[in-house]
Amino acid sequence: MPTQNSRMTDTSWSEAVFRVLKNGNVTQVAFVPDAGLSDIIGLAQRDPAVRDLVLTTEEEGVAIACGAWLGGQRAVLLMQSSGVGNCVNMFSLLTNCQFPFLTLVAMRGEYAELNPWQVPMGRATQQVLELMGIQVLRADKAEEVEDMVSAALDAVFEANDRVAVLLGQKLIGRKKWERE
Amino acid sequence: MIDAGRVSRRDFVAALIAEIPDALVVTGLGSATYDVYSAGDRAQTFYLWGAMGAAVPMALGLALAQPERSVVAVTGDAEHLMGIGTLGTISAARPPNLTVVVLDNAHFGETGMQRSHTGLGTDLASVARGFGIETVLQVASLAGVPPVADRVRGRVGTTYVHVLIHADEPPRALPPRDGVANKNVFRAALGLPTF
Repeated sequence: MPTQNSRMTDTSWSEAVFRVLKNGNVTQVAFVPDAGLSDIIGLAQRDPAVRDLVLTTEEEGVAIACGAWLGGQRAVLLMQSSGVGNCVNMFSLLTNCQFPFLTLVAMRGEYAELNPWQVPMGRATQQVLELMGIQVLRADKAEEVEDMVSAALDAVFEANDRVAVLLGQKLIGRKKWERE
Repeated sequence: MIDAGRVSRRDFVAALIAEIPDALVVTGLGSATYDVYSAGDRAQTFYLWGAMGAAVPMALGLALAQPERSVVAVTGDAEHLMGIGTLGTISAARPPNLTVVVLDNAHFGETGMQRSHTGLGTDLASVARGFGIETVLQVASLAGVPPVADRVRGRVGTTYVHVLIHADEPPRALPPRDGVANKNVFRAALGLPTF
């Protein structure tokens, strides 16, 4: 069985991402966990000015983000690529009402994937997002993540757009399957 | 068919909305949207026409963003069941200003009155308690309106209201379907710009 937080990688980019979200006045962080997102989630949970919301399924987070915006707050949805599939019809809320929407998606089913069950949705993630009207940015290197998320945040909340930032599996690192 | 153990959806919603003029309201697609609109259009209502399952999580995000306001989701049993896991999310977040009102006719009213899960064994009040919602009210008459309104206005704890309603089909009362306009009007009422 996989362990949590067990990928061999440098995750200092997670701190940079959280700083961008904080500086961008994001106050609601909704998530279904992924090991590659665990550092960002931990930072959100330890910050008293940020409300972290653990979800049972990702589409809840789409609706929560819209409700937050209706009430004047900024939200972000953190999820794994598999969760994008769960959101499809809920994305219609974004398009119909032109809600701003920011999501960070930890990719599975691509680089060095050992679990074939992750592949179909991972391979379809970008197209699914684009089909539902969401612009897709992608970061595969640690040094480009901060600027990518910052650019997405500006487009979302300053230009009222809908943007997903895919965090590539190569960035997140190979998943270790053995417990230490 | 009139069941003495159930209340008219229109009467209940009209009476509740009249008692909570300052509340921010999100309505679930279908009959719940029509019921709330029928009670009088208001700037601080967001009417869903789609995105089934969105009403309750949307109200959650709104409640967290507006802690000084009462926030109410008004939805039907089937819309609610499509996003039922949100009750777990709400139970974890415990916003004291959120009330979830579920109008339960045990049928899919919009699509030909097929029987729904609540008519086939699911008890929503038990479901809500099981998710950890501490305050669960069950209402089957207009006498239930004042205690619900008190909870809404009080903002003293997340409240779940299971309303047993008749499976009738009152005349449709259709609010505008322009989600962008609805969003902008709603935000303007809170003093917020379009974006």
